[in-house]
Amino acid sequence: MEAWYWWMVLGMAVVTYIPRAIPLTFLEGRELPESVQNILRNIPYAVLGALIFPAIFFIQENIWFGIIGAIAAFGIAFTGANVMIVVLGSIAVLAIYSIFI
Amino acid sequence: MDRREFAAGIKAGTSIAIGYFPIALTFGLLAKTTGLSLWEATAMSIFVFAGAAQYISLSLITAGVAPAVIVLNTFIVNIRHFLMTAALNEKMQPDDRWKKALYAFGITDESFSVLATQKGNKLSTAFAAGVILIAYGSWIIFTAIGHLIGANLPQFLQASMSIALYAMFVGLLVPSMRGNRKVISLALIAGLVNSFFYFTEWLSTGWAIMVSTLASAIFIEWVSRKEVKE
Repeated sequence: MEAWYWWMVLGMAVVTYIPRAIPLTFLEGRELPESVQNILRNIPYAVLGALIFPAIFFIQENIWFGIIGAIAAFGIAFTGANVMIVVLGSIAVLAIYSIFI
Repeated sequence: MDRREFAAGIKAGTSIAIGYFPIALTFGLLAKTTGLSLWEATAMSIFVFAGAAQYISLSLITAGVAPAVIVLNTFIVNIRHFLMTAALNEKMQPDDRWKKALYAFGITDESFSVLATQKGNKLSTAFAAGVILIAYGSWIIFTAIGHLIGANLPQFLQASMSIALYAMFVGLLVPSMRGNRKVISLALIAGLVNSFFYFTEWLSTGWAIMVSTLASAIFIEWVSRKEVKE
């Protein structure tokens, strides 16, 4: 690759960094209105919902991977297992499934 | 730097490192087939550190798209992080601006999710540093390894490991969902709105995640205010 590649990587680095850094530094020490604070406190759970659905079902061309994986993940998580067990357990369930297909 | 907090962060970030493993490996492999050298591929993971945007850039390079357009596209894909870091700021302990500017580099969908769902009110900078370092390390190292070995994992492992990050998101969400109607509604509404955008293809993934998150967070705040008033 030539010079343009490095300019592109630099550009990508800058535009990726800006949305990450501006709120964390600019909002430091500032008190936001109560309603805005409440909305921001809602964000993590809403983000998780949007990150999980519907993408979890489409991890592979074969949709059964997504469906079985989702059931495994939710099933294991509801037993109260910690995150690492949920991750490794779901992988294990799908590994077993893929041996049988 | 508090060592115990840092170690706890490393531990909390380990599931991200596992989830990044297959994705970074595949990225390294695809970068090689795109014609990038080992250093070029690894440098992108070092300097950009954004999964979706890096993948998209490879397909755009192959398609011969202008570099400026690739940069613009990267920005659009990552705009949602404005929302995440604004939310995360409420959760983090106050600290020097330069320290926050430093760890801001490592806020991805995954590190945000791990940090934002931690119990307790104010997260320490050391904890965030731990979460980010192990995730970032995994991303870089496995990009390089993917390029070096130039082959993918065995198909069954590749397929089963593709659940890892989603399983992590589920594992982070479910403990807060238990008996908490508000959390359940927040996740459910955002997931439904996002699915709507997915199937109608009205918005690209980055925008869809941002709009559905914001819609759900604002709607639930509005509903819970009304409930308080009544």
